[in-house]
Amino acid sequence: MTTALLVQAASRSAGGGTHLAHASAWAVFAVGAGLILVGALGVILLRNPVHCALMLVVTLFGVALEFIDQSAYFLAAIQIIVYAGAIVILFLFVIMFLGVDRRERAAAERLRAQRPLALALGLMTLILLLVLSRVGDWTTGARSTSGALNARTATGGATENVQLLGQSIYTRYLLPFEMTSALLVIAIVAAVVMARSRSRAAGEMSQAEQEEVTGP
Amino acid sequence: MSVPSAWYLVLAAVLFGLGATGLLIRRNVLVMYMCIELMLNAVNLTFVTFSRTLNDLGGQAAVFFVLVVAAAEVVVGLGIIVAIYRRRAEATADDVHILKG
Repeated sequence: MTTALLVQAASRSAGGGTHLAHASAWAVFAVGAGLILVGALGVILLRNPVHCALMLVVTLFGVALEFIDQSAYFLAAIQIIVYAGAIVILFLFVIMFLGVDRRERAAAERLRAQRPLALALGLMTLILLLVLSRVGDWTTGARSTSGALNARTATGGATENVQLLGQSIYTRYLLPFEMTSALLVIAIVAAVVMARSRSRAAGEMSQAEQEEVTGP
Repeated sequence: MSVPSAWYLVLAAVLFGLGATGLLIRRNVLVMYMCIELMLNAVNLTFVTFSRTLNDLGGQAAVFFVLVVAAAEVVVGLGIIVAIYRRRAEATADDVHILKG
């Protein structure tokens, strides 16, 4: 969040001159883009899964910088807290728990041409996305269906991003909010059930316990 | 004044392509999962870009819910991977069938 404050201060201190604000927006974008690309390449290329998890954190920080550059301050903070602070910790915990696979099994692939084909498909995905973005007609639907990003209060003051987003989540998007709450509870219950010991099913007694009950 | 939205969209497309390539190339299940997270982040970046372009708050609300669902999905997915590991010493994508039955 301090980065957001710094960027905001930089653009405000530029005052009438928009050159500094313009340059700082591009600078933040460039740094974020560099972090994203370096992190993504690290995730897909490095051998050690722990290194991949650390490169994922670099990517997430880059994405948070891009969020800040587009004035989505709440989402940038939530991205750091939830993604980099919880999900990657989960990944690292499972990697440490299972033991690191130092090298993926050198056994032969089922499909011989899998790797070149995978590279070709990845390249095709990227080219297709870029071509479609230029050629296709974007249907975006009604504008501002859920309120403008820079809405003003009744007295004319500007409202903050956090306030606007919070209002929209608790009024317009209340149903998805409640459903995701239920989803989180379901995920927790599922995790507990899966982590339970499988040595015997519920209600079943082991051999030793059965002999104990029936007597010698 | 700020960066045109096309730059962000291209960056998100590149991130998505890298995530898809990594998902197809890697065999370690945990790294494949991380590549899925890369793709989710690319989609989040696209949502926020369009939210700013169209001056609509719905894009940022969508990112909020994507984040929540991604967290729940990671919890369940890692639980499945740990359940696989209970039987085998390594976890690769070819081992999912041992959970059958």
